[in-house]
Amino acid sequence: MSRKRISLRQELPLLVWLVVVWGALWRDFSPGNLLFGALIAVVVARLFYLPPVELGGRFNVLRAVPFALMFLAKVVAASFQVLYLAAAKGPKVVSAVIAVPLRSHSDLLVTATGHVTALIPGSLVVEVDRSTSTLYIHGINVRNADDAAQLRKDVRDTEAGLIRIMGTKAELSALNQEVGA
Amino acid sequence: MNPETLSGDTVIDAVSAVFLVVGALMSLAAAVGLLRFPDLMTRMHAATKPQVLGLFLLLSALGLQMRTWWVWPVLVVAWIFQLLTVPVSAHMVGRAGYRTKHLHPELLSTDELEAVVQQAAGTRGFTDDDEVTDRR
Repeated sequence: MSRKRISLRQELPLLVWLVVVWGALWRDFSPGNLLFGALIAVVVARLFYLPPVELGGRFNVLRAVPFALMFLAKVVAASFQVLYLAAAKGPKVVSAVIAVPLRSHSDLLVTATGHVTALIPGSLVVEVDRSTSTLYIHGINVRNADDAAQLRKDVRDTEAGLIRIMGTKAELSALNQEVGA
Repeated sequence: MNPETLSGDTVIDAVSAVFLVVGALMSLAAAVGLLRFPDLMTRMHAATKPQVLGLFLLLSALGLQMRTWWVWPVLVVAWIFQLLTVPVSAHMVGRAGYRTKHLHPELLSTDELEAVVQQAAGTRGFTDDDEVTDRR
């Protein structure tokens, strides 16, 4: 195979995830079953070879837990917002498509930001420009320029949170400089 | 209800009852949104958000009622896959909808993508996307 092999360390999160899915589907976390699952995970990862996800090389659990809780709270808020808008505004709701340039150019972070953005209140990713890492976001109930600026700030804050969790060191120091300045 | 009868089971039953009802309410919210919102992309909002929370609440209620630990990993995996796939499908539908102009421009307060798309079409000439639009 001509493609660059990735190290076991880089592949490990994927393999662990596959083993967890295997155990969950069999509802059996006994060592024997997990070992067999690990064997299948390695075979699957070798046979169905996908471009590796380039991880940032760090993962901050202390930042991740509050972020996850905040995310859950925002999902709840988003659902009730949609319920309110559907019931109260309905066909008259005003939206906007705005461009949000992101700081990071890593595929993983752009994807993660897009995912989180799609699930938190009022935003949906319409288009991604990978070359400039710009997200085009459809915001619901964005009536004027102030709302649009707020939405843009929210998305960039989400990205900042994700960089603090799993961005590369270079991205993190750039972010810290930006916040400090 | 007497304080003596307020055992762990009663609390679990009450919590799962609340979760089930709120989860069902979220599905209702998604349905109302699909009917009431004006265009495809606002409908995608209704199809993504309440649905994810609704599933979370229903799965939690299920986990609470099953009273066995091995059901939790399955439920968590099911929800994580939902989290991973829902934004992607919403993005693909929204993107296709935008390109085929299934939207009401008068209901957009700003549209920063339109200029970019037109510029790209102008410099690159006739693209596949234009073909789709012209056929309509």
